[in-house]
Amino acid sequence: MAEELRQEVRAFLVDALVDLPPVRRADSWMGFDAQFSRRLGERGWIGMTLPERYGGRQASAFARYVVIEELLAAGAPVSAHWIADRQSAPMLLRYGSEAQKERFLPGICRGESYFCIGMSEPGSGSDLASISTRARRNATGWILNGRKVWTTNAHRSHFMITLARTQEKTTERHRGMSQFIVDLKRPGISVRPIRDLTGDEHFNEVVFDNVELSDDELVGAEGEGWAQVTAELAYERSGPERILSCMALVNTLIDRVGRSPDALQARELGRVAARLFTLRNMSIAVTAQLQAGENPAVAAACVKDLGVTLEQEIPEIAQAIDQMEPSSQGSDYAKVLAHLTQLAPSFSLRGGTREILRGIIARSLELR
Amino acid sequence: MRDLFETTIERIFSDLVSPALIHRCAAGVWPSELWSTLEEAEMTSAAVPEVFGGAGATWEDTFTLVRAAGAHAVPAPFADTLLANWLLGRAGLQPTRGPLAIAAHSQLTCVNGHASGRLEKVPWGRDLKRIVAFVTDPARLIVLDTASAAQLERRTNLAGEPRDTVVFDSAPAIHVEPLPSGVPPDFLLCGAMLRSAQMAGALQSLLQMTTGYATERVQFGKPIGHFQVIQQQIAVMAEHSACSLLAAEAAFAESASDIAALPIMAAKICAGEAASMCASTAHAVHGAIGFTEEHSLHLKTRRLWAWRAEYGSQAYWSQRLGQTVCESGSRALWPMLTQTAKPTTAATETRS
Repeated sequence: MAEELRQEVRAFLVDALVDLPPVRRADSWMGFDAQFSRRLGERGWIGMTLPERYGGRQASAFARYVVIEELLAAGAPVSAHWIADRQSAPMLLRYGSEAQKERFLPGICRGESYFCIGMSEPGSGSDLASISTRARRNATGWILNGRKVWTTNAHRSHFMITLARTQEKTTERHRGMSQFIVDLKRPGISVRPIRDLTGDEHFNEVVFDNVELSDDELVGAEGEGWAQVTAELAYERSGPERILSCMALVNTLIDRVGRSPDALQARELGRVAARLFTLRNMSIAVTAQLQAGENPAVAAACVKDLGVTLEQEIPEIAQAIDQMEPSSQGSDYAKVLAHLTQLAPSFSLRGGTREILRGIIARSLELR
Repeated sequence: MRDLFETTIERIFSDLVSPALIHRCAAGVWPSELWSTLEEAEMTSAAVPEVFGGAGATWEDTFTLVRAAGAHAVPAPFADTLLANWLLGRAGLQPTRGPLAIAAHSQLTCVNGHASGRLEKVPWGRDLKRIVAFVTDPARLIVLDTASAAQLERRTNLAGEPRDTVVFDSAPAIHVEPLPSGVPPDFLLCGAMLRSAQMAGALQSLLQMTTGYATERVQFGKPIGHFQVIQQQIAVMAEHSACSLLAAEAAFAESASDIAALPIMAAKICAGEAASMCASTAHAVHGAIGFTEEHSLHLKTRRLWAWRAEYGSQAYWSQRLGQTVCESGSRALWPMLTQTAKPTTAATETRS
C-alpha cells in the first residue's frame, strides 16, 4: 500500500520537477512554490494523516512519511506548506478546539494555508523558556507585544503559532507560557525578512505591537505552552528533513565521481549510503512512536543530532574526494556544492542546536 | 518468545559470566558450566526449527540473544553456535550439541566427500565440536568434525578470543549439502551480521558503565557527569549506541529469509563507527583506572576493537557498498535506500 503510494509520488515528481535544476533541488524544504503546494493538496498529500472531516485522508504516519521523504529526496519545493503539514496541523489536531480545527485544517490540507513558528526571540535562542513576548488579557481577549526572530517563512505565511508568556515569570520558568494562532495580516504586526549569508530570504524578524487576539486564538490550555511546544518539537526533530538536506549533493557527487570510483571515493560514498540507510530507519522508528501516541523526545533528539551531523559532513566529504571548486557559476555539481557548503551551518541550528539536543539526551541518562 | 529469551539469557549471563570467568577463559579455560547451562536451557538451538528439536525462534528473535552475548562479553562461541545451528537448520540438517562456528575464511576443496584445506580465524576452533564451512564449484555447505582436523594453530584476536587456524587433510565430511537459498556463497555477510549485533550489545554495556562511572566519580567537588562537557560526550555515545542497536536489529529482521546485504553492511559500518567513537569516550571518561587490566572496561572496548575488524572492517564494507553505489549510478541510490529487504545483486557479488 505505502509502496504503491511511493511509486505514485515518484511518477508525479518526475513530471512535475522536470525543469527544476539541481541547485534548486538543493534548497530542499526551503524551496517555496505555492502553486506546487496546491498541486500536492489536490492530490491529498498534505495533512494526509488528518481525519477526513478536516480535509485529510486518515492515512498512516508511515504513508505520510513515504510522501514527504520522496518529496525531499527529489528536492521538491515544499517550503510553503511544510511547517503547517509537519507541525501546526498535528499540534492543532491534538490541542486545538473543534472550531480551530474546522477553521484551519482544511486550508492546510488544500496547500493554501501556510504557517510559521514563532519561538526564538532576539534574547531567547536555545534558552526558549526565557522568552519575553507577552500576551496580556483584556476585556475581549489578549493583547500581544514582543518580537520574534529567525522565523522561517513569516513573510510568506498566513499564520504564526506564537509562543508567548501569559503569566509573569516565576521560579518555575517553564510555566506560564501559551501558544496562539496569530493571523499575520492583523494590524500591529510588521515582518522584516533577514537575508542569510547566501543572500536568500528565508527567515524574518516579526514585531508585535499591541496586536489584538481573541480568546479563540489561544491554542490548548493557557499556561501549558511549554508542554505543547516540547511535544511539537519531536515532530520537528525526527523527520526525513534531518537526514536528506544534502541529497542533491550526494546525487551530483555520484554523477561526478562516475562508475569507477577510487578506493577513497568508494569508501566515503559507501559510508554515506550506510548512514543514510540507518538514520532513515531510526527516523521511521520515531514516526511509529509518534503515531502510537508516545512522546519520543529523546529518540527524536538522537535522530536530529546524528542526521544533521551527516548532512554537515557531506559537503566536507565532497571536498575530500573531489577537487572541483565550489562555484555558483560552474557545473551543476559545483553549484550544488557551493550552495550546500554555505547552507550547512544552519542544519544544526534550526529546530534545536546540537548542544540542546545532547543536553536532552544527557538528562534521559540521568546525568543532569 | 522474545521476552522469554531476554529474561532467560539475562539471568544466565548475570549469574555465570563474571569478569573473573572471562579472565580465566582468556587464559585457556573452557567455561563448561556456562556452556551446559546454555544448552540445557536450549539457548544454543534457539533458531533451530522445531522439527529438529529446536525452539523454532525467528532469526529476529535470536537477535536478542546475540546482543546479550555481546553485552556480557561471553567467553564462549555462543553467538557463533546460534548462527551455525541456524544455517544447519536452513540447510535441512539436524542441529548439533556442543560448540559450533562458521568458517568464513577458507580455502577448502571437497573430493568424494573428503575435505582438504585451511580454515582461518575460526572462533574457538580448539574447543569446537564441528565447523560449518563452504566449498565452491558448485557452492555447497560442508560440516566438518574438528576431531578429524590434521592440524590446529592456536591464534587469537585483539581481545584474546580464540581465532584458530584449522587444517584438514582429506577429512571425511559429516555433511555436504547445497547452500540454503538466500545465503550467499561466502559467510562474510553472516559473520558481519553476528558481530554487528554483539557490538550493539557491547556498546550498550559501555554506555551503562560510562554513565555509571561519571555519576560516581567526584572531582572538583562534584560528580564528573555534572560537567556539561562530559554530558555532551556521553550523549553522543548514547546516540551511536542507539543507532548501532537499531541497525543490527534491522539486519537480523531483514535477513529472516534471504541474507540482506545492504542492512548488514550498514549495520557493520555503523557499529564500527560507533565502536571507535564510544570506546574512545568511555576510556576518556574512566581515566587511568579504565586502562588497567583489573578494571572490566577493556573486556568491552578490546572486543569492540576486535569485532569491528572481523568479517569485514568499516573500510572493507564501505568500499564494497560505495562501489555498488557508483556502479549503479545516482538515480539508483534512492530506490536502493528505500527498498527495505532485497540486497542488490552487485553488492553481494562485487568483491574488492
